[in-house]
Amino acid sequence: MDLFLQNIVNGLQWGSFYALIALGYSMVYSILMLFNFAHGDVFMVGSYIGFGVATALLGLAAMSGIPLPGWFILILTIIFTMFITSFVGVFIERVGYRPLRDAPRASAAITGLMIGIILETGNLAILGARRLSFPQLIESTTYQFGGVYVTDKKILIVGVSLGLMFLLHRFIQKSKWGMAMRAMSFDFQAVPLMGISINRIAPLTFAIGSALAAAAGILYGLAYPVLDPYMGILLGWKAFVAAILGGRGSILGAALAGFLLGFIEIFVAWVFPSTLRDVIAYSIILLILTFRPHGFFGQAHSTQLRL
Amino acid sequence: MDNQDPKFQLSTKGSRARLLDFVAPIPLIGWLLGILAAVLVEYFLGDYISYYLGLPKIPVLFGFLTVLKKPLLIPGTMGYMILVYGLPILIIVKSLQKPANKLAAFLDKRRVTVAALVHLALFYGALHLWADISDYRLLVIKLAMIAIMLTLSINVINGYMGEFSCSHPGFMALGAYTASTITLFFFANDKLFGEALLPEALGFYFFPLALIAGGIVAAIGALVIAIPSFRTRGDYLAIISLAFLFIVKSLIENLEFVGGPRGMSSQPDYSNLPMVFTVMVLCIWIINNFVRSTMGKALNAIRDNELAAEAMTVNTRKTKIITFMFAAFWAGVAGGLFAHVLRYVNPGSFGIQRLAEILAMVYFGGLNSVTGSIVGALSINILSEALRPLEIYKWIIIPLLLIVVMLVRPTGLIAFTEFKPKELMKPKQNKVEV
Repeated sequence: MDLFLQNIVNGLQWGSFYALIALGYSMVYSILMLFNFAHGDVFMVGSYIGFGVATALLGLAAMSGIPLPGWFILILTIIFTMFITSFVGVFIERVGYRPLRDAPRASAAITGLMIGIILETGNLAILGARRLSFPQLIESTTYQFGGVYVTDKKILIVGVSLGLMFLLHRFIQKSKWGMAMRAMSFDFQAVPLMGISINRIAPLTFAIGSALAAAAGILYGLAYPVLDPYMGILLGWKAFVAAILGGRGSILGAALAGFLLGFIEIFVAWVFPSTLRDVIAYSIILLILTFRPHGFFGQAHSTQLRL
Repeated sequence: MDNQDPKFQLSTKGSRARLLDFVAPIPLIGWLLGILAAVLVEYFLGDYISYYLGLPKIPVLFGFLTVLKKPLLIPGTMGYMILVYGLPILIIVKSLQKPANKLAAFLDKRRVTVAALVHLALFYGALHLWADISDYRLLVIKLAMIAIMLTLSINVINGYMGEFSCSHPGFMALGAYTASTITLFFFANDKLFGEALLPEALGFYFFPLALIAGGIVAAIGALVIAIPSFRTRGDYLAIISLAFLFIVKSLIENLEFVGGPRGMSSQPDYSNLPMVFTVMVLCIWIINNFVRSTMGKALNAIRDNELAAEAMTVNTRKTKIITFMFAAFWAGVAGGLFAHVLRYVNPGSFGIQRLAEILAMVYFGGLNSVTGSIVGALSINILSEALRPLEIYKWIIIPLLLIVVMLVRPTGLIAFTEFKPKELMKPKQNKVEV
């Protein structure tokens, strides 16, 4: 039982990365009907920017002699990094997606993939192949509830990601911009006629998605401190799977499916040998999609798609 | 009608038009003869020419590598390219223009198979001599041919049928592992399976069977994707195929008897140039016939509007199953060849990187087009070899190039064309306009 609860905690942590990244995929999809295939690499870039910001802040604090507490630096890091990384998303939209809005969908997928490769390689070319280790901003303390061990980092990771999701939800439901986004995802054709420009909504969506990915990058860096330029590939593609599993374009679905994917992976690794994790986890997903071909919250579109 | 002096007309034409005038009357077989001549020059005189031009050795890949590594050798390399490739091709092509056209006209009256075989024999001769210069060339050619097969087969699904399938590396892995298992089990002494069961001399003749077996296993694997594709398409199918890719890769990593994550090595050297070339030609021929058949047209109908296709008596389920299995079969065959070219496979070589590479090739070359696939596979492959001295910057330049191509031509370089060998091999004499 303790082990079960422990795995739930681990699954929550692991799932929050997937969920935060999947949100970006899903939001972009709901507006443009396209997936941003560079999103996994935006996560990677976010992690590196977070590294840079955190190091700079630590250096500043040391230089000025003001003893800033670790959690304060962490909050500043998250905010600054999310802000900076959102421009990466805007850039991707401008270069790779805006010129291809009327092109076959697959072309935009290819430009996305290629921008991803450029981000990876550019990173490798600039920073070299050595792996960086993310500064540990907060001390790791372990709390014990019954037989379950919870570190403060786990609480922080799950808390921050749930908080960000809540903020996103409020933004989309309550703000004017969020309303515009919802309208845009409801009808791609008619809303621009109502004076809402897609050229403003789409960059905003990319920016928000990238900011969330950046937050995931920092949190990932806290949990697994080694950064390398290819860390975004696998996580990004798996989050993409989660975004689809939740139903494309569904924000709630993406978040839930992200957590579900985390749980599936953790629990499969608990019950079976961990090398079988991918086989079983993806077989489950394949089965789910065979019986629910449109994911959990996706509407059954007609089979006709723009290609 | 107009009595203008033809000389005057010629002089008003731009350089592009003049180039076209020069090129237009040359049939394909003329070009092949020219290439053969150039390759012969290189084969017999290449060493001397490169020595007198101050080059350390024959430029392996059209001088790209030499130029990028040692910029001082640029004049020498260019001289070499002109002397060995440019001049012989030009001379032969122009001087043999008439006989070549006659030959083409003669072949044009025969069956297309005969004509194609003659052309292919010439081409293979040139290729063989060219690859004989260095092992590196041989490897590059073989890998490029395998890339052509992969690109063509994924084009059948992604281009002709309009799905977004991500599972090609998975099919390739199935084919590679099946073929390797068969050849290692029966015809080779190795660590995994021990003594060879059959005499090793027989191995080469059974190799096609091993390839076919690999293709069949891949085709059966494709059922996993084909059956869900009845109910869904587009992004959901992309995910299903992606999940399939993860599953295959992870499954192979867990199968100890094929080496697990360490992979299989020391496959016999069966994928020699004639073998790869023959299989590639067969692949191009069969796929080209497939996409031009009634079923090939049904694929386009499904892509453009599935419901309408169904209403027009296209059996969508049957078409989808056959197409997926067909494309997967060729991917499996290509995988089998791949395993025996490198003589080492591990699950890591069939991951997402490979997927990105295959997708890049097919979308760069052009959807719905056999020619496009060939061009895409060749250009990306040769380019990535030629830019090798740039090391890591290669992977910035190639993606940038692809982005530019996508922005300028969103469907790829040569999209939506038909590949007609008969047209290609026609004599060109009557095309000259006066």
